[in-house]
Amino acid sequence: MKYLKQLAIILMVSVVAEVMSYFIPLSVPASVYGLVLMVILLLLKIVKLDQVEDTADFMLSIMPFFFVAPTVSLMTSFDAIKGNVIVLVLMCLVSSIVVIIVTGLAAQAIIRFRHRKEEKKNA
Amino acid sequence: MRDFIVSSSYFGIALSFVVYMFYHIVKEKFKIRSPFFNALILAAGTIIVLLLVTGIDFEVYNNSAGHVTFWLTPMTICLAIPLYRQLEKLKENFVAVMVSILAGSLAHIITLFLIAGLVKLDNMLLNSILSKSVTTAIALGITGELGGIQSVTIVGVTIAGLTGVSLGPSILKLVRVKEPVAKGLALGTASHAVGTSKAMELGEIEGAMSSLAIVVTGILTVIIVPIFVGILE
Repeated sequence: MKYLKQLAIILMVSVVAEVMSYFIPLSVPASVYGLVLMVILLLLKIVKLDQVEDTADFMLSIMPFFFVAPTVSLMTSFDAIKGNVIVLVLMCLVSSIVVIIVTGLAAQAIIRFRHRKEEKKNA
Repeated sequence: MRDFIVSSSYFGIALSFVVYMFYHIVKEKFKIRSPFFNALILAAGTIIVLLLVTGIDFEVYNNSAGHVTFWLTPMTICLAIPLYRQLEKLKENFVAVMVSILAGSLAHIITLFLIAGLVKLDNMLLNSILSKSVTTAIALGITGELGGIQSVTIVGVTIAGLTGVSLGPSILKLVRVKEPVAKGLALGTASHAVGTSKAMELGEIEGAMSSLAIVVTGILTVIIVPIFVGILE
C-alpha cells in the first residue's frame, strides 16, 4: 500500500506537470515542470520526503531498463545517421571534454576567490 | 509463431526485460565494475540484432515494449528526491554550482554548434545531441521538444557518461583542477550519473557535488538549449 500511495502522489504531480506544459508556451518538457514542482512541494513541506522516497528510489534504481525500447528504436534511424556516425561520436567526445574543463576551472576559480576573500577578512 | 508474435501484447516488453536482466545479472555475478559493460546499450544492441535476424519489424516489438515511455515523466519527477537531499550542499556552494554549471553547459552547446557548422551537420542530428550531457530522462524530454531522434540522444548520453568516467580524472589533473567541489561539479555536469559513480570513487564531496550537478545541469539545459536553437537554427 505504501508504494501505491507514493506512486499516486508522483502520478498526480505528473498530471499537473502535463497541464503546465499544455498551457505554458515554452519548449520545456512536462517532465521537467514536474521535477521542479516536486522540489517546490518538498521545500514547502506540502509533500514530505517519506511520503515519496521509497517509490522514487525504487523507480530511479530501475531507470535504465525504461530506456531499452527507446534505444532499440535506433534501428529505425540507421539511414539518417549512416554517413555521420564518426562525426557524431567525435562531437560527443570533444564536447564532453570541453564541459569537464570549463566546469572544473570555473568552479575552482570561484571557490579559490571565495577562500582568498575569507582569508583576507580573517587576517 | 510469427503471427503470434505480431499479435502478442507482451512480446516486446518481455523481450526487453529478459535481455536487460540477462546482462544485469551477468554484471552482478561476475562483479564487472567497468562502465563500458553497459546493460542498457548491450541489451538494446542484442535486441536490434535479434529483430534484424528474425525479420520482425521494430513496430511489432515497440507495440508492447514502447509502453515504458509512459513512465518517463514520473521517473524524471523522482529525480527531485536526490536533489532535495543535496539541497544543503547546493545552498553552501550556490554561486560556484550555478556559475560553473552554466559555463559548462554553454560551452557544451557552443562547441556542438561550432563543429556542426564546420561539418555542415543536419539540424535534426544536432538537435538530437544538444542535451546529451544531462541524465537520459531529461535529455529525452529536450530532444522530444526539439524534434530530434531520441535513440541518437541515448547513445550520445552514453558516450558522454563513458567519456567522463574514462578520461575525466586525467583531464582534470591535466588542467590542474584540484578542488574536490570543482572535480565533482565537472564530472556531474559532463557525464550525469555515470560520471557521478566515478566522482564517488574520488571522494565524498566529489560524489555529492556530482549528483547535485546532474539535476541542476538538466534544468539549466532545458532553459538554455531552446534559446540557442531559436537564435542559431
